[in-house]
Parts: sequence; structure tokens; C-alpha cells
Amino acid sequence: MTALPEFFNEMSNGDGSPRDPYRGYAQWFAGEDIKRLKKKSAEAEAFFRRTGITFNVYGQREATERLIPFDIVPRIISANEWSKLERGIEQRVRAINAFLYDIYHRQEILRAGRIPVELIANNDAFLPEMIGVSPPGGIYTHIVGIDLVRTGPDSFFVLEDNARTPSGVSYMLENRETMLHMFPELFARNRVRDVSKYPRDLAHSLAMAAPDKCTDRPVVCVLTPGIYNSAYFEHSFLADQMGVELVEGHDLRVVDGRIAMRTTRGYQPVDVMYRRVDDEFLDPLVFNPKSMLGVPGIMDVYRSGGITIANAPGTGIADDKAIYSYMPDIVEFYTGEKPLLPNVETWRCSEPDALSYVLEHLHELVVKEVHGSGGYGMLVGPAASKREIANFRKKLEARPGNYIAQPTLALSTAPILTANGLAPRHLDLRPFVLVSSEKITITPGGLTRVALKKGSLVVNSSQGGGTKDTWVLGE
Amino acid sequence: MLGKTAGGLFWMFRYLERSEYVARLVEAGLRLSLTRPHAASDEWASVIDTAGVRTAYLEKNEVFDQSGAVDFLLREKESSSSVLSCITAARTNARMVRTALTREVWEATNECWMTVSAALQRKVGERELPDVLNTIRQQSAQVRGALHGTMLRNDIYDFARIGTFIERADNTARILDVKYYVLLPSAMPVGSTFDNVQWDNILRSVSAHRSFRHVHSSETNAAAIADFLVLDRRMPRSLAFCYGKINDNLGYLENNYGERHACHAIAEDTYSELRSLSIASIFERGLHEYISEFITRNNALGLRIEADYRFIE
Repeated sequence: MTALPEFFNEMSNGDGSPRDPYRGYAQWFAGEDIKRLKKKSAEAEAFFRRTGITFNVYGQREATERLIPFDIVPRIISANEWSKLERGIEQRVRAINAFLYDIYHRQEILRAGRIPVELIANNDAFLPEMIGVSPPGGIYTHIVGIDLVRTGPDSFFVLEDNARTPSGVSYMLENRETMLHMFPELFARNRVRDVSKYPRDLAHSLAMAAPDKCTDRPVVCVLTPGIYNSAYFEHSFLADQMGVELVEGHDLRVVDGRIAMRTTRGYQPVDVMYRRVDDEFLDPLVFNPKSMLGVPGIMDVYRSGGITIANAPGTGIADDKAIYSYMPDIVEFYTGEKPLLPNVETWRCSEPDALSYVLEHLHELVVKEVHGSGGYGMLVGPAASKREIANFRKKLEARPGNYIAQPTLALSTAPILTANGLAPRHLDLRPFVLVSSEKITITPGGLTRVALKKGSLVVNSSQGGGTKDTWVLGE
Repeated sequence: MLGKTAGGLFWMFRYLERSEYVARLVEAGLRLSLTRPHAASDEWASVIDTAGVRTAYLEKNEVFDQSGAVDFLLREKESSSSVLSCITAARTNARMVRTALTREVWEATNECWMTVSAALQRKVGERELPDVLNTIRQQSAQVRGALHGTMLRNDIYDFARIGTFIERADNTARILDVKYYVLLPSAMPVGSTFDNVQWDNILRSVSAHRSFRHVHSSETNAAAIADFLVLDRRMPRSLAFCYGKINDNLGYLENNYGERHACHAIAEDTYSELRSLSIASIFERGLHEYISEFITRNNALGLRIEADYRFIE
């Protein structure tokens, strides 16, 4: 085992004094009674439960709705830190959209030899059905979430791009509502930037994406797999906040070359669909024929410009973990600039040299499946037993191309409230980005996920992670 | 509005109404079995019939008694008519139509489900039963209160109300369907204890044992009770009252959408008949025949509404 690195604590300096962005909060906290705060914390939980802010867990008969634990200590980012992040995120999101356009058209980046052809050709996330399709405004990914981690005052890294269907934005909004409700005095004394405009911005971005055929006010809908989907709360929340219909596949059908929804007064055409259904299930005539979640014929309508699907089918090719390792090249290729936000160092196990390095250093690396998500199917070397490592080694040797590896990062910490007061825990950050032909909008805030277990580096809610309200301070 | 949403609202409120109905049957049955312990078994059998679950009940139970009947009516997961199943189904529908509900209505429904399912997690003992029944009544009243207090009077509200009153009409009709014989003029000598207790039970099953006395202060007789439950438009669980409401809300939809459907004619016919008939003429036709036919028509109207407003494809 390697020696534990020093972790950057976002709230406190080495001498225990608060870092600048936390100064106002620390002052307030010093005057607070832990018992009162614990009580508030319990209130918050009751509030989440009553409101139904839950996620569904698969494979359990009873009590299938769970709460994501919410920690009442905000995660605070200074104006200066944020403006740097904003520039880096905007650059990255522009590059992702340019990459998607290119990869489904002339594939210049492959011709230039900047990324290997096999990476695209043999990738399930690449949809041949999208070749030559130009969505309105050339935008493929309208809604993006960029996962960031931090290791020091000025060291932020992109851990993952979520260009298909990033989730968690409802937690960003509801966490803030909860904090405003519980601690109004905190917002009076800190200049916290507002996040509540997100649903309106989202509605606007989606409306802007309407196909040329749409001449009237665009009709927008949200497509959900249904009430048993783990993110159903978010789907209904967003539809509700935007004031649009929440539809399922069986509410829709093709009518006169358009996608139309069955209303109490007959079928009404839809212009823009914010879909929270994976590519594979979108159209049983084109993709998985067994899918009951999609709309038969929607891909035909889409390709002929009868509807805009956001995000576009096939965007997954941009957030694939194997592609991720090429993101610095992708950013440079399309923007002509050096990436402002670096990647985490990544070994592609498909490459023999990298593989032998990874096999030798399994105990200190994090190894992930290329197509995995949610913290499943990964190995956290320093936390794994000898047996777990040995088992993983076999899987890795059998299918090296299926894995990438990264160093175990010295993730930053911020305090959470425990029974004994504040205690540092590791966290990450997912800011949310909206892309329209007009502009790129990054909501000042995001979803902070925090590992609640002491020492744990896994922040996923499916693995015992919680969330925090994320404050971006004004100038 | 999506057809599915209209259907979800309709069923959400049907289930909510049914949960209250079943809880009231338990309450009335409990009282009757306490006051006439020697006939308790018959009474619980009658309550099970009124809830329309005899076959399902006998699959799980050998005899009709308080313990078995109360547990089945309140908690049986496999029966779609138990209070627990109804409230769970109401809440599942509410989740589906979440975007059509105000925050208040959704939260009241969610809280109703959380509270009632916690109260019904284990078999309810005799001593806690009154409290649990009270909780069920209060929780569903809160959902109704939130609906009245916060929802716009538009098509969303109309479908919620239509579901409520189709279900309520069905519930009242089912009580009459099972208990009609105690209301027949020939059945018993008027004024016998048997009648009084049974009449009282019928009135309790529709929460009207007090209001009936306000309306019919001195005379309690079978015809007056039947009239109160079938034709009295002041009585909020009478068939006539329910059809008045169904017609109102279908009428709003007709105006709002500018479309008239088959369901409108069916609802109007039933209502105008309820307004023109006297209880004497119903007895003449046969109370039981009349009620059976009403249940069939009421069901058919529900299905017609479902088709006319495209609840399903």
C-alpha cells in the first residue's frame, strides 16, 4: 500500500482557518449548535421523502424508493474558481459537438490520424444510422454534464463527460430549495448565485432546437421510460418545471410523417423531444426490436427533420470512456486551442505497454469498464482485497480493450455534518451545460456528490454517496 | 392533456374514493358486530360481499369473522380493493400524472400513502383499529382538501372529479345491492330491532346516520332510506348527487373542448331518470333489479369515458 497522500480540504487551510469562499459560512457555523443542525438535517430528510424526491432501486421487491442522503453543509466555489471552470467547460462542450458533427459526416479527425479508426468502427455507441444526419443548428448534445474532480487549489480535472443523458439536475435544484427553506439567513449573508433559472433555460434551449418544419410555437415533451425508472422523479420534475408533457413511448405514434402524442382531444404533433430513454430503446424498428419504451418509426421521422431529439441519437460516442482518453486531442483538433481543463491521466488497456503497466500497478490504480457507469464494474485498487485484485486481473487479461485505468486521485474533501461535528469527505462536481444555436449556458452550481463513508473515494449514489448544495459565489 | 394523464387522474381518484369506502365498511361492520355479537359472522360476510371480494376472501380465509375480514379489507396485497392496495394504486397513478397535480395535492397523496402504509404494515389489533381507521379518513380528506384548495378548475380537475363520482356511485349502489332486502317493505315488520340496526348500518356505511336524521327527523323507514341514498340530491353519496356531479364535469369538458361524445348522452339519460323517478316507482320496478341495472350502466359509462377521452390506445 502506498502512503496516503495529503488531501486538499476545500473549507480549511492547513492552520484550520477557513479558505476564502468559506469564510462567511465558517463564521455562521461557529455560532450554531450542532444539535439544532442535526435536527435540521432530519427535517431535510423528511422533506425529501414527503416531496417524493426519491430514486428507484432495481431488484428489490419492497421499499424500492430510496432517498439520496443530503448533507446540509454547502460546497462552496469562489467566483474566480468558477470563471476558470466555465471557460474550460465551454471549450470542451464546443469540441464535443464539433467532434460529433465530424464523426457522423466527413470524419476528418480519423483521416488526420488523431484517433484510431477502430475506436469508432468497433464501438457500439457509434450509430451508423446517424451518418449524414445534421440536426438543427448542428447540435448533437443539448444537455451536458461534465464531471470534475479537484486535487488542489488550482487543480481541476475532467473525470467524465456525460453527453447522452446526464442526470442529477433535479437534485441541484431541490437541494438549493431545501437550503433556502432551512437556512434563509445564510443566503442573506453570502452572495450565492441563483440556479433556479435552469428549467426556463432548458425549455428555451429545447424550443430553439425545433426543426425547420415547425413554424408555430414549438411543442416540447419529455420522454421517460416510466414510473419505475430510477430517475423518474427527475423526468417528472423537469416536465413539470418546464410546463410540458411527460410522455412514454405508448403515448406516441407516427401520424402524417410527424411524431404525435395521444391527448384527450386526439393526436397532437411534437416538435422537440427531450428524451431520457437510451438510444438502444428509442426505435424498435431500427435498434432493439424488443423495446417497449420507444416509438416505432421515430428514427425515420427524425432523419427527415420531422422532430428534434435531444440529445441526438449517437451522442454516446463522445462520452465513451475509451474516447475520453483522446479528449485533449479532440479539443485541440476542433478548437485549435490547448485544453483549459485537463483530463485525468488514463491508460488504455487495449495498448500492450499500458496494459502491462496497469497489471503491475493494479493495487494503486482505479480500473473502469469502458462502457460502464454508476460505479459498477470498477476496481479501486487501494481499497480492494488481494482476492478482488486477483479476480479483476483475470477479467482484465481476458478483455483488455474493455478497460481503462487511472491513478487513484487525491480527491479534494469538504466537510459533512456528522454526529461529532464537521468531518472531511471526498467529493466531485457535475456542472450542467445547455447548448443552443445561440449560446452555451452553464448554470452556476451543479451537483456535488460526496462519499459519506470516511476515506471512501466512490461518490455514486448507488454506492453510498450523498449530495450537497453547491454554491458559486458572486463577484 | 395526454389521454394517459386523464386516465391516471380518473383512476387516482377512483382508488382514493374506494379506499374511503372500504374503510367506512370496516367501521360500520365493526359497530354492527359489537352491537349484535351473535350475528357477527353474517355481518362480516355481508361486509365482504359489499366490498365485492367474497371469492378472493374465501381463498385466504375459512370463516367470516372480524379478525379475518378486517385484515383482508385493510391490508390484503393481492386484493385490489383493500385499503392498502387502493392507496398504493392512487399514489402510483399520482406519480404517473405528477405534472398535472399541484405540489400540495401530490404531497398530500404521498403523505397519505406513507402514513397509511406505515399504519397498515402489521396486522391491526382491535384496540388500535379505531385510530387506524381515523388516520385513513383524515389522510384521504387531506388529499381532497388539497384538490379543492389548490387545483385550477380545468380539464384536470374534471377528470379527477368524474373518477371520484363514478366510483362513489358504484360504492353506494353496491351497498344497496347487498342490503336491498332489509329495505324491502315486505321484509320485516316495520320498527323491529333487526331493521333499525340494519338501517343504521346502511346509513353508517355512507357516513350519513346523522345527516339522515336532520333530513328525516322523526320517521325512519325503509322507503325514506332508499330515497335518501338513491334520489336525494342533497346527500353527497346518493346516486342522484353523483350523477349531477358527473354531468357537471362532463359538461365542462364538452364546453371546454367543443366536443360531444357518446358518454355525454349516457350520463344525461341516467341523470334525468334519477331526477324523474320516485322511490315508489323504483320499488314497483323492484329495488334490486333497478340497482343491478344501475351498476351495469355506471360501469359502461366509465368505459365509454375511457374510450371517448383516449385514456388508452
